[in-house]
Amino acid sequence: MYAALWRALPGPWWVRVLILLIIAVAIVYALFFFVFPYVSQIVNPQEVTVE
Amino acid sequence: MLARLQPVDGGVAAAQETGSRRVGRGTSFTGVLGEILITLGVVVMLYVVWQMWIGDIIYAAQNNAVGQELSEEWDTSGEAPPVSDAAATPEPTPSATPEPAAPEPVVLAEPADTEVFGIMRIPRLGPNYATPIAGGVTREGTLDHIGIGHYPGTEMPGQVGNVALAAHRTTFGAPFKRIAELHVGDAIVIETPVGWYTYRFRTLEYVQPSEVDVLADVPQAPDTPPAERYLTMTSCSPMFSLAERIVGYSVFESFRLRADGPPASLTEAVA
Repeated sequence: MYAALWRALPGPWWVRVLILLIIAVAIVYALFFFVFPYVSQIVNPQEVTVE
Repeated sequence: MLARLQPVDGGVAAAQETGSRRVGRGTSFTGVLGEILITLGVVVMLYVVWQMWIGDIIYAAQNNAVGQELSEEWDTSGEAPPVSDAAATPEPTPSATPEPAAPEPVVLAEPADTEVFGIMRIPRLGPNYATPIAGGVTREGTLDHIGIGHYPGTEMPGQVGNVALAAHRTTFGAPFKRIAELHVGDAIVIETPVGWYTYRFRTLEYVQPSEVDVLADVPQAPDTPPAERYLTMTSCSPMFSLAERIVGYSVFESFRLRADGPPASLTEAVA
């Protein structure tokens, strides 16, 4: 999978590394700001009120 | 079986000839599966890092930014919020106010669900701490997205009786993360469009989740008519658990009108 991705990327090795870094940062950003907050509402049981 | 799924590849073919089970470096089924599993493992670990640490930093920063913005908005707009009818009734105990010179606190009308009516400031937690307070204590409405929730039906700041608030102690910015670090006498200030209500932290209590008497007009004494102004903060205990609740109590000290500027309790040094 990752080997195929590496082969599919254009340019010399440092361009590929740069592209991969940008992709990685974008993915982590999406996880931190959109995916994880959503997941956390479902999987994280927490009660802070008395009832 | 697995070997048959692998694409024709010189390296793999050679490995098979020698009887070895090694997987080739190309796109083999097991290779891709392994990479997916490793990726999922990394994502799960990232989730833990986010949940325990980074998510709180992000949420808390967002909450504080919202609170700060509201505060500045209130500084500039002279718009008066709806005031509660209860404010018109005479206060039964003038002696409850420790500073006779201080103005009688203005009591706001109770907010609707998710309606932000104030900001909590706690000098002990740093000058940037400014968490919005909204009506209602549902997770999906107030606690997960706004910050601190006000128990519907409990008093409003400045009123005789008990102001009851709830907030997360872990995750979602965790406004009450450091509730157990408060010292006796620490200022707990609620800022609203009309002014600042300073409460002084008194004590902590750990209770069962069913212990609703902590919300009573006089906390833990539901049959006693209130004579003082209290503030109750509830959150989860132990951290990351549903088992118990931590409760922090504070007692009203003074009210300061917005026109008179921020109270000294906001800027005093915390030892």
